[in-house]
Parts: sequence; structure tokens; C-alpha cells
Amino acid sequence: MGKRLRFTRFMQGAAIAAVGALALAGCSGQGGAESAGGEFTGEYDGPEVTLQYWNGFTGGDGPFMQQMVDDFMAEHDNIKIESTTQDWADFYQKLPAAVTAGEGPDVGVMHLDQLSTMAARNVIVPVDDLAEELDLSADDFTEEVWDAGVYQDARYGIPLDVHSLAMYYNTDHFAAAGITEPPTDEASFQEALDKLTAAGFQTPFWMPALWPGHLMELSLIWQGGGEPYSEDGSEATFDSEEGVAGLTWMRSMVDEGYSPSDVAIDAQYIAFKNGETSITWDGIWQINDLTESGLPFAAAPVPAIGGEAAVWANSHNFFLPRQAQADANKANAAKVFIAWMSENSAEWAGAGMIPARESVRDAALEGTVQQPIADQIDTMRFLPAVPGLGPVQAETLEVAVADGVLGKASPEEALTREADRATKLMEENLEKFGG
Amino acid sequence: MSTPTRVGASVTEAPTAAPDGSAPRRAGVSPTRPKPFTPWLFLLPYLALFTVFVIVPSVFGLWISLHEWDYTLPNKPFVGGENYAELFDPNSVNSGSFWTSMRATGIFTLFSVPLLLVLPLLVALLMNKSFPGRNFFRAVYFAPYVLGVAVVGLLWRYLLDNNIGLVNYYLGLFGLPDDTAWTTSVPAAWVALVGVTVWWTLGFNAVIYLAALQDIPGELYEAASVDGANAWQKFRNVTLPGLRPILTFVTINTLIASANMFGQSYIITQGAPGRETRTAIYQIAETGLRNFQMGDAAAMSYVLTFFLMIISVVVFWLFREKKEKPVADESATAQSGGIR
Repeated sequence: MGKRLRFTRFMQGAAIAAVGALALAGCSGQGGAESAGGEFTGEYDGPEVTLQYWNGFTGGDGPFMQQMVDDFMAEHDNIKIESTTQDWADFYQKLPAAVTAGEGPDVGVMHLDQLSTMAARNVIVPVDDLAEELDLSADDFTEEVWDAGVYQDARYGIPLDVHSLAMYYNTDHFAAAGITEPPTDEASFQEALDKLTAAGFQTPFWMPALWPGHLMELSLIWQGGGEPYSEDGSEATFDSEEGVAGLTWMRSMVDEGYSPSDVAIDAQYIAFKNGETSITWDGIWQINDLTESGLPFAAAPVPAIGGEAAVWANSHNFFLPRQAQADANKANAAKVFIAWMSENSAEWAGAGMIPARESVRDAALEGTVQQPIADQIDTMRFLPAVPGLGPVQAETLEVAVADGVLGKASPEEALTREADRATKLMEENLEKFGG
Repeated sequence: MSTPTRVGASVTEAPTAAPDGSAPRRAGVSPTRPKPFTPWLFLLPYLALFTVFVIVPSVFGLWISLHEWDYTLPNKPFVGGENYAELFDPNSVNSGSFWTSMRATGIFTLFSVPLLLVLPLLVALLMNKSFPGRNFFRAVYFAPYVLGVAVVGLLWRYLLDNNIGLVNYYLGLFGLPDDTAWTTSVPAAWVALVGVTVWWTLGFNAVIYLAALQDIPGELYEAASVDGANAWQKFRNVTLPGLRPILTFVTINTLIASANMFGQSYIITQGAPGRETRTAIYQIAETGLRNFQMGDAAAMSYVLTFFLMIISVVVFWLFREKKEKPVADESATAQSGGIR
């Protein structure tokens, strides 16, 4: 039912878009390939337009996004938003194809680490003028998030939120084991594990071989003071001392019996939801899912196992796609949409996310589950803006982490082998995108 | 396949009909004689689809495989046979993972095809007997086949999970080892993938076998009984020869389906452990659709196709070996046209 509904809506949208394209074919303004639309004035008072809006909020975050879209439409009579929501993995495969074929959306949201790739593929266009017009600057955002949206001196994304890995723990288990404060470093984490084991929770911390294992490893590398990739995108360095130390620690959780061996996809999360394990590290976007399950839980920042506090994070960013038919009205309406969503991103905190804008953040997060994590926003680390890095990481680091955690290869061996592969792939990418 | 033959036959008949006609039309041309383009007209609807969706893409794919091809980038440099050469160069990025995936496909095919040839035959033999509830059981065995690969994959991924899955739980209840890592270790993952695939697609082959069994004339069995043949002899000398034409089809079809395995390992094991259960198609999809290395992916596809062609030729050769029965041979040829 839901699927069919969405499909019809999609068809309607496509029909409207097609009619619009026909009507405008004669008088289409010169948008230029560099930036979408003409001069952005901050307001849209042109004729009624319908915008295709693509995103990947398929989980508990979906309803909150729809609510924001509905609120936006209630305030803007002349702008209609047609949302198309699909799995992120599909999203990143389809978007380049759709835009290349001239069937892409008018506005959308993607992850920060995808911006440079999509920019290099000429799928999205710079939004510098929008940032300027909105008076957006690094002051209102965490520097890391803000800077990571820039590729080759142009800004491609307007951050909506940041979301990181968090440590979830079962509050009943912690109470039973007599742990009063969530652990913050290796010593206290170890102590917590021992107390939990002593209290009868045999396997308190299941170590996943697949998702989100590589995000844990990335966090551990940063905590140790290392970098997984060189800033210029020429080399993978996750086989460094810090990388090996991180993966060795992950595997030690299995060897020392805090985790069962061979934890398969999602098993650690389901076990946590069922109260079979006491601690799990996962994304803060799972908060609503956990709340709904009725589990007594709380969230805390990922403990600094490797030394200093650091955690993997990512960010949802609004982008403007390159459109075959440059339509100044649509481009301006899309900018109005982005501006409004950015200003009203408080609602988005309900989806378990951390609003990117400081001016919105504090009030929005008051009393939420993710508040303790948001307090540590300065420790969040982002992957460098290197085109094509995402797939390279999936092909290499994820495999190395899986092999290391499963004990199929020593951490050092797995990381060295895959880092070599990653470096080769990155060199190929540099050549491909560099020219 | 048979249409052109019939057309040919009426062409030879046409001249004999011509002398009867005294009308001033050209001698030797019957008014009902098919025009030369008639067979092409009959073929046209399918030919059009075949051209657009098979011939053009395969030729275009060959062209892509000669380039460093990323469709989102304007620059698609021609590299000649480099993509192919890289696959055979052990130092290149793609060759290692590609041949691991080819090996994975080989392992899967090796174990799944014999099972998918024998088990469905046993099921079909059972379902060919008459007993109460036969239709019910026929439906039960076919039922999993109607499920999509995503449903089957997700279902078994959770059932087979070594820590929270039901399979290990029940094994434990029966006092069997309950810590087998079905989805994260080999060879257990292969047992799981082959098992799931057999469970899933067994019904399809069984239905084809069943149809073929019902085509074997009852008189042959009667004659065999009169000759004093026992059940095994009847199976050996009546049933199996009767199934021969269909066996070629089932074998090739199962081989190709197994060699194209993708969804099961994509969903159930995600290629784990490491890349070991990542099949060739899986690797091709990752390379081409996720990494946008379409030239490399196309080259991989052609290498895979090459192997599949060799295997198909071998299978045809095996099934054509005995030539004493021209009838069976002819049917086998007819099947070859139907495989596409």
C-alpha cells in the first residue's frame, strides 16, 4: 500500500516535472552549469513550483523529515515538495544515473563524505552563494563539519546535522553490576566489563565483524592520534600503529570472552535490544528504534580507548544537483527550502540527530538521549573530502576489520594487506578525478 | 524453432500446386504461399526485444570493457585490452579479488548443481506417485520458489545467525553442536548458502522433472513389467532415458543459475568471512555499480561469460555422447534453442 502510494506520487511528480520542463523549454533562463539558478534573493515569490526532494531517511528519522517538509509547505503556498525516500545504498547508486539522464531531483540530502565524490562526478553544484546569502559561516557550525563540505575551494553542502557513533548501555545491567557512571576511557571500560561479567552478564560487549565494526576502528585510530587516510587522498594509513592497536583491542574483546566469536550482521544490535548484551556501540540514529523497543538504556560518548577522546561522525548535507534543464524558479525555490530547513532544524533533533547549527542545537537537545554525545561535538572526526573514498573503504577497511575481528588474520596482516589495496585504489581515483 | 521448418516444407509443395492454376498470375506462385519475410515477421516482436536487451548491450559491453569507463565522467579513455590484462596480472588491484570470487562461484556451483539435479528428481518421483494429499505436497515443495531472493535471504540470515538464530538453537536442543558460525566462517557458510539455495529452488526443477515424467508413456512401464523388470531396472531403462532431453535443459539452466548466484551471499553472508563467499557476479556488481569501474567490471563479465560458454559446451557434449537414439538427440537440439 505504502509502496504503491509512493509510486503514484512519484509518477505524478514525474508528470508534473515533465509538463513543467515542456512549458519552460521555450523560455528557460540561462542557469549556467556552475551554480544552479540565477541570483538567489533569499525569497521565492515566483509561480507555483513542485520540487523533487530525494533523501535516504528510511528509518525512524523518516517521519521527522516528513513533518519538517509538511511544516515547510504549510508556510510556503507556492512551493510543493515531493519526497522520494530510498535506502542510502541505492540512493548513491541511482543519483548519478538519474542526474546524468536529466531525471534527478531538484534538491536532496546526502552524507558529508559523499559530497566530494558527487562533486567530482559533476552530479551536484556549488552552493557558496546560498551560504553567503544565509550568512552561514563556520562560526555557527563545528569547524570540522563546515570545512569538510568544501571540495576544490567550493562549498557543496549545507549541513543539517551531525551524527556519530555512541555507546549505548543497558541501564538495568549497569545498575545490577553496580556501575554508576558510564565508562570514559580504557581502564573504566575494562572495569565496567569485569563488573558486568561478575554480575552474571556473560558476554557484555558483542564485537561486530561487519557494520559498524569499521566505524569503531576509525574511532580507535583517531583516539590513538592516527589518521586512516592521508588528507590529499593519495594513501591509506589505517595500517599504522594506531590502526593495529585498535583492531587488536577489538579482537581482544572476543579473545577475552566479553564477546562471543563470529558475531554476524546486526546480531550485536539485536542482542542488545533483547537484553542479551549490556553495551553496544552504534549510531545515534538508532535512538528512536531503541526507545520504541522499551529497553531501559542510555547513551554516552564512545569511551577513549585509544587515549584521547575522538569518535567517527558524519553529517547530512543539503545539496543542489546539476540539472539538465536549468530552471531558475526551481533552483531558487530549492534554495529557499534548504534555508528554511537549516533554520528550523530543531525538529530534526527528534530523529535522534544533532542539529548542525549551534544557534539551534542547545535548545533543541535539552533533555534528549543524544545530549551527552552532543556535548562532545568537538571530539567528532570526519573522513577527509576525497572523491571515491567511500567505496574504497567498503572494499578494503571493512574487509580488514572483518578478518581481524573474526580472527581469520592477525590485525596487522589484515590491515597491511587491505591498506595496500586501498592505496592502489586511491591512486587510481586521484588519476580519474584529478584530471 | 519449428516455424522455419514448416515454411520450408510448404515452399517445396508450392510448385506442385501451380500447374492447376490457369489464372494469368506468375507460374509457380501459390496465392497462399508465404512471403519470404513471413518468418521474420513472426520473429520480429521477440527479435526486437532480443536486439535491444541482449545483442546491443553485449556489444556495447565489449566496447565498455576496452575503456576506463565511468559514465558520470566526461573522460572515458580507451585502454585497449588493459582491463583484461589486469585481471591476469597478480599485482593489480582487481585480479586477486576477482579470482577469489570466481573460485567462490566455482565452489558454490560444484556443490549446488549435483544436489539441485538429484534432489528435485527424487521429489518429482515421489510426487508422481498417487497418494492422498499429493497436490498439497506438490504445492509445499514448490512454495519457496515463489519467494523473492530478498525474502529468502533475510529470513535465513536471521535463522542461521550463529548467536541469536533458531537453527543453532534447535541443533542445541537435540544435543548437536550449537555454535556453528553459519554466516561468518567457511565451510559452514557454503553449507548454508548451498542449503538455502536448494531449499529455495528445488521446486522449480522438480516441476520440470514432474512434467517430463508425466510425458513418459505408461505402456513403456507396462512393457517393462511384462519383461520382468524390477523397479530399479524400470527407472534405469525407462525413466532415465525418457528424461534425457529434459536433463540437458535442467543441467544447463541450473549451472547458469548457480554460476550467477548473487543475492544469497549478498544478503546472508555479505561475502563474509572476508571476501570468501563473494561470488563473481557480486564482485562484478561491486566493481561496476558501487566503484564505478565499469570497464573493469565489463571485462570481468566477459571472462565469466567465457567460462560459462566452455562449461555449456562441455555439458552439451556430455549429453550428446550417446548417438544411438536419434529421437533424444533431436529433442536435445530443440532444447538448445529454448534455453535462452
